[in-house]
Amino acid sequence: MTGVPDLSKEPGREPGDDQIPPESIVAIPVRHYGRWVSAVAVCALLAWLAWSFVNSDIHWDVVGEYLTYDRITEGAAKTLWITVLSMAIGLVLGLLLAVMRLSDNAVLSNVAWGYIWFFRGTPVLVQLVLWYNLSFIFDTMNFGFYKDETNDIITPFVAALLGLGLNEAAYMAEIARAGILSVDPGQTEAAHALGMNGAKTTRRIVLPQAMRVIIPPSGNEFINMLKTSSLVSVVHYEELFWAADIVGSRNTRVMELFVVATVWYLLLTTVFSVGQYYLERHYAKGSGRTQPPTPLQRLRAQLTSFRTKSQVGGTTV
Amino acid sequence: MSGGREHPMVLAERVHKAFGPVEVLRGIDLKVEAGEVSCVVGPSGSGKSTFLRCINHLEKINAGRLWVDGGLVGYRQKGDRLYEMKEREVAEQRRDIGMVFQRFNLFPHMTAAENVMEAPVQVKGIGKAAARERAEQLLRRVGLADRMETYPAQLSGGQQQRVAIARALAMDPKLMLFDEPTSALDPELVGEVLDVMRGLAADGMTMIVVTHEMGFAREVGDSLVFMDDGVVVESGRPRDVLNDPQHARTRAFLSKVL
Repeated sequence: MTGVPDLSKEPGREPGDDQIPPESIVAIPVRHYGRWVSAVAVCALLAWLAWSFVNSDIHWDVVGEYLTYDRITEGAAKTLWITVLSMAIGLVLGLLLAVMRLSDNAVLSNVAWGYIWFFRGTPVLVQLVLWYNLSFIFDTMNFGFYKDETNDIITPFVAALLGLGLNEAAYMAEIARAGILSVDPGQTEAAHALGMNGAKTTRRIVLPQAMRVIIPPSGNEFINMLKTSSLVSVVHYEELFWAADIVGSRNTRVMELFVVATVWYLLLTTVFSVGQYYLERHYAKGSGRTQPPTPLQRLRAQLTSFRTKSQVGGTTV
Repeated sequence: MSGGREHPMVLAERVHKAFGPVEVLRGIDLKVEAGEVSCVVGPSGSGKSTFLRCINHLEKINAGRLWVDGGLVGYRQKGDRLYEMKEREVAEQRRDIGMVFQRFNLFPHMTAAENVMEAPVQVKGIGKAAARERAEQLLRRVGLADRMETYPAQLSGGQQQRVAIARALAMDPKLMLFDEPTSALDPELVGEVLDVMRGLAADGMTMIVVTHEMGFAREVGDSLVFMDDGVVVESGRPRDVLNDPQHARTRAFLSKVL
């Protein structure tokens, strides 16, 4: 059935009379031999690495045993908890600082600038120690309704939370500012023209759109925070890293316990990455014509429909 | 607010506006009565859009006076002194003035219905159910009753602009400003937007329309204002200005666009 055009017909078809479309193109795809070679090389390298680890002095049975040891799981829970809380402080305070920094009010924008200058300009380790030793400066704290010794208020948990959260806010402020600046000024004008005031415009119109730009780098910050939280051992907050360190030095299985900690950190960041994917989808609302299916939806679709041969231009072959 | 009509809907007296050293408006005088459709035409850079934006205080004027429905725009006068209005007061003034933008400026994270409901719910404090019902009415009026749940990105330009008109109407404005509403549209979509505007004019809405659509100006406009280089060069009934322009600059412009 090769296509010698039927000359008995009038040249040039009427639009829309292509009732039977021509046969779909079936062609031999380009072969990528280089990819096969490199895939084999990568697999070999991974196999060698795995073999080295398995045959090292690490006692894998100890690793398995301590993976669910009470003190380790508690440490992992505390790591997650301090990370979530610090990020919450960072996000809320960061958004506030970003709005302040972009405000017409010179006092607000300068205060925000100064805050970001200080907290970005000093190491978080130093900040943690400063918070922990706050009693050097204020030996008692008086909030009017509540008064106590500073050392009773600034527990290891509070010091860790303040150190991580306030430091994070400075970084989140810059991320949020970039997000806010990415929103078309026409959006603000449209909201103002409808009689919305500045605060409502920011909350209802600008921030929801800025979130699309803010979330991916915030996910990055969250994952960073999961790992940075290992620093709070200096203020004696027993999170995952410190727990692994203590348990490891007690039973002299130091390396095994660090492997345990590594597994936990990877687990936490992986779970979080999945969450981030769905959060991004939520804020992509209205941005594209249709949302691509989630991996879960894709899996379901593949299980419930017969695999059909792809058309040219389709995504799967 | 007085019931009688002793003052025009919009009154501009010697309005000046400069962006830094660039004088964009150099003394605009204009009067638009209630129920009037005034079309503003002129070459780009003549200050038409800037003047429109001054009317709802998106731009501050540097000199002259501008009133909407008898109230000074953006200022309060006590004796001889002018006091700048607070943000809240400016927002209150803007509620009664609808604006339609060249680039639509719909809220992309909200559906068509949510776009129309947003201001009535957030600004006027109307209940969601009532606002939704009204949104449906307004979207039906612009021919988009079946697109309530559609996001702006899924609408054509003409449809987006019609949603934008519905959104402005939701605040029950007494004055509608149109800033080149059809300039960003494909030619075959211009008609549907102009049809909606024609309907509005027929219902007696006071409208100021910055446009390049001379046909619309001739057919629907009660008055035509020709602006060039920051001043009103000529104004009058559209037929008169278009058929028999008095000024050389008007003639030169019309010979290019007609």
